[in-house]
Amino acid sequence: MAGLVLTRPIPLLILQSFLLAVAFGSNEVEEEFSEALLLKPLPDRKVLAHFHFENRAPPSNSHGRHHHLFPKAISQLVQKFRVKEMELSFTQGRWNHEHWGGSDPLSSMNAKPVGVELWAVFDVPHSQVDASWKNLTHALSGLFCASINYLESSASYAAPTWGFGRNSDKLRYGSLPREAVCTENLTPWLKLLPCRDKDGISALMNRPSVYRGFYHSQRLYLSMVDSGEEGVGSGMLLEQTLTVVLQPDDVSVEKHLQPSWSLSSLFGRNVVGKCVLAKSSNVYLQMEGLAHPEAHTLWKNAEFELSIKPDRTLRESSSVLFIYSIDKSSDSEPFDLGLTWKLPSKWSCQQAPLHASRFLMGSGNERGAIAILLKATESQDKLSGRDLTNGRCTIKANIFQIFPWYVKVYYHTLQIFVDQQQNTSSEVLKKINVSPSTDKMSSGMMEMMLELPCEVKSAAISIEYDKGFLHIDEYPPDANQGFDIPSALISFPDHHASLDFKEELSTLPLLSKFKDKSLVRSYTEVLLVPLTTPDFSMPYNVITITCTVFALYFGSLLNALRRRIGEEERFLKSKGKKTGGLKQLLSRFTAKIRGRPVESPSSDSPATRSSILSTKLLFKIILVAVAAAAWQFFSTDM
Amino acid sequence: MTKDDGEMVEEQKKKPCRFWIWALSSVLFRLILISYAGNLNLSSRPEVSTPLTSIRRLAEGYWLKQASMSPYAGSMYHGSPLLLSLLGPLTVQRIKGQPSHLFCSLVFVIADILSAILLRGIGKKLQMAYGLNARLLGLLKSPRDKGILPCGDIAALVYLWNPFTIVCCVGLSTSPIENLAVILALNGAVTRRVPLAAFGLVMATHLSLYPAILTIPVIFLLGYGLDAPPLKLFLQTRNVESGNRSSTSSASKQAKSKPTAQLPFLWKTVVHFVFWALVWSLCVMVLCRLSLSKHGGLEEMFKRTYGFILSIEDLSPNIGVFWYFFAEVFDFFRNFFLIVFHVNILFMLLPLAIRLKHRPCFLAFIYLAISSLLKSYPSVGDSALYLSLWALFVNELADMKFSFFLFCGYLGVSLLSPVMHNLWIWRGTGNANFYFGNAIGYACFQIVFVVESVSAMLNHDRALKKCNPNHQKVKN
Repeated sequence: MAGLVLTRPIPLLILQSFLLAVAFGSNEVEEEFSEALLLKPLPDRKVLAHFHFENRAPPSNSHGRHHHLFPKAISQLVQKFRVKEMELSFTQGRWNHEHWGGSDPLSSMNAKPVGVELWAVFDVPHSQVDASWKNLTHALSGLFCASINYLESSASYAAPTWGFGRNSDKLRYGSLPREAVCTENLTPWLKLLPCRDKDGISALMNRPSVYRGFYHSQRLYLSMVDSGEEGVGSGMLLEQTLTVVLQPDDVSVEKHLQPSWSLSSLFGRNVVGKCVLAKSSNVYLQMEGLAHPEAHTLWKNAEFELSIKPDRTLRESSSVLFIYSIDKSSDSEPFDLGLTWKLPSKWSCQQAPLHASRFLMGSGNERGAIAILLKATESQDKLSGRDLTNGRCTIKANIFQIFPWYVKVYYHTLQIFVDQQQNTSSEVLKKINVSPSTDKMSSGMMEMMLELPCEVKSAAISIEYDKGFLHIDEYPPDANQGFDIPSALISFPDHHASLDFKEELSTLPLLSKFKDKSLVRSYTEVLLVPLTTPDFSMPYNVITITCTVFALYFGSLLNALRRRIGEEERFLKSKGKKTGGLKQLLSRFTAKIRGRPVESPSSDSPATRSSILSTKLLFKIILVAVAAAAWQFFSTDM
Repeated sequence: MTKDDGEMVEEQKKKPCRFWIWALSSVLFRLILISYAGNLNLSSRPEVSTPLTSIRRLAEGYWLKQASMSPYAGSMYHGSPLLLSLLGPLTVQRIKGQPSHLFCSLVFVIADILSAILLRGIGKKLQMAYGLNARLLGLLKSPRDKGILPCGDIAALVYLWNPFTIVCCVGLSTSPIENLAVILALNGAVTRRVPLAAFGLVMATHLSLYPAILTIPVIFLLGYGLDAPPLKLFLQTRNVESGNRSSTSSASKQAKSKPTAQLPFLWKTVVHFVFWALVWSLCVMVLCRLSLSKHGGLEEMFKRTYGFILSIEDLSPNIGVFWYFFAEVFDFFRNFFLIVFHVNILFMLLPLAIRLKHRPCFLAFIYLAISSLLKSYPSVGDSALYLSLWALFVNELADMKFSFFLFCGYLGVSLLSPVMHNLWIWRGTGNANFYFGNAIGYACFQIVFVVESVSAMLNHDRALKKCNPNHQKVKN
């Protein structure tokens, strides 16, 4: 491997480093980096560009903390938190399953929910999984300049058991639908690449053109590769992909033609040479739904024309792949692949067996229902008859859904409609796993497996919920915008997406990735739930008013209990004194009859008492006045 | 007193008949409403169903239990596991073309009828005691005096025809069952069936915690007997009677024998009651333990029921004021205010018990009114209970102040509450303060009601003293 590297013309500095590597451990497998770009015209006049960077660190115990190509930050992350497998994606925009494909490997791996999605499998004991997850979210948050740390709270992540497609009990999954993804997340992501965006294919990533697209998903997948040998640590595989869907500038006059484009028109830049550290550096162009003319004229036919002759041409049942190596390109001769359409062309993408969408029902801020609608797609006709189980053709669909705690779901209201007929659950619902949400503590999770007949036209699932009421501190700054419910994940366990080109070249990183069977999955829309808000300006008023009411209760009730008859009589007596002597006399008389001593009238007449009162009052006023004057005097003196 | 005896006897016969007609018509009314229950949508009204009493949450708890999860998993169900085993299976029973929770509704109707009958029993006892005491004090000459209102019938009908009760019954809140347990405890204590009283009290406490404070009035009822004017009056009467022996009547003979310097406290009955209470609570615990054996046991139950009541975790709006208070209050003070508000109930227990110990039933009514005022999750079902208990004291509280004002207040609040809720939640044209203002108004009316009832009762005792013919004699 090292010899192969040496044969290439590379700068002196890197030569030195490789010589060192050769000197120290020539028998070991080297770290590998490869880059690739896949371009694919889409039926709705758009172009998909998929950047794929793969970084492999072989299993070794001697590497320790030192890496040649593998990013140190990631390897430290893996060592510290014992991550076995991890995927982080930042997405803006929604994947259009109908036009951009639903069941090919590209879409099933790269169609991600809006915002940030993170899942990780850990290699730690059960009790430490949550702690590792929390630490990992914080580390990634710092690494990628994103608020991934919000996934730390137990109310925002879940532990799927089988609905996610990976049967591991050490898996944690969380997503932040409202995370805004922008260039500040891309820059740290690019820093993990050996050539950053300075050289090779990644130089194409011109920020304005990348973020101008309809869909933009930046993904980082990390997995440990077990060597199987004793005493040798596991290797690491880091896969970084960026998928963008761009709209080429249409310069042609004819509207019915697909737009022609070139790399420079799409990105505003050209590829000038490969990243010298990369083992392979290829550009692929995938064309779908072509009639099959002769192979040697495929790149230049009546329908379209490529600007550069492909190095190789591969075929699969429904698509053709043109492979270019960019080794030969240089400053003087940049690699600028272009596609020119000559005839109007129409094709369709491979679609998932069912198209999933999700929506809210009901109005008002008290309660509502969430519905997931699965609609049959055209590709279903092809599938029917294929999945025969028990003599019946069925489509299996797994639904995985996280509910934040403020959406209080009533699982007993789950209803399933198949072809608009309400179905008793047991017929269609094969398996269900629910973990209900706890207020402010944990989010709810629902995993269910549906087994639908192949000829199904539509299936709908609805579940009712109550909207929660939050404490004022729990509302985000823009409380009236509403809260997001993360996307549901619909996966089809019996359907796998793979593209097999049946050639030895399938060992190329991207192609081998396509060859792997991956689960067909699709994410639904993010839902926006408006919640009622309290009056944010009221805390003081509410506290004072409520306390006043309770003071009123306490005081008046105690007063009612405390009042005694004797007291009332005395009160009446004092009243009587003022009104006249007759009543006073009467009371004295009754008291005598009762055998009680007459209350001796106070020695002071009211007049004297009032005078005493007034002198006391006067004294107090004078005291206060003197104090005030003294204060004034001293304060002015100061 | 212009009617002659024959007419009176006829009326006596007619009255129970009339009572049963009204009671049956109230049941019919309920059944009619139940058949329209789906359209009325009462079960989702915050005034009717709180997180503790909502049937939807109960159904969810039952579903979770059926799915072999703890019914308390998640924050849905917070009620008793026994209620879950009783009502849970009924929530899933359905008849085609009938409202979904028909069987539960029927259970609640039966609970309401039982409550009314038990209330009537309490009322009859109280009425007899009132008549007896009045005669003892020499206020009533004839045993068949028309001045005493049949408070049992009135209270039972007030309970059955109170819109709050009807709304709770039709709206599928579990409060009719909680009310039944409370009334059962009081009935047991009034009729001196000690095991029944203990059972009612233990069940009521198990279902909603707050009736625990009724232990004091129940012990008073068992120890001192039924409501009576203060002891001093009887003593005075006896003193006067012993002074002029010329006017001895059959009534005064009894009076002489009954009151002594210290009212006898029947320790034996009370010990009996405590024993039964322990037995019943043990039974309840064991049953709960059995039904929750796989899901966390009793500790989980106490945390999710009593803990939920005491820590006010759910901030969804209800007719009380705490939800908004704790949604707005700063987190730092939360625990302080939690303690203050809960202790507020306990603070008033002792003063009331001292002042009203001669009227244990009335004390129970006041305790219930206070707890429904200061409850974490109050509903109109609680008001329905104390309002019907209030009707037991129509004789004593005849000259209560502000009664018209209070009636209008309750009416206004119950009409405005749905309007404000609609404006805030459904239309979005109002905000939370609209509904909270309504709740504050309701709290104020309840406070005035409690205070006026207490002072009216104390005034009644005073008036008894003044009207006492012996007292007059002393004066002259």
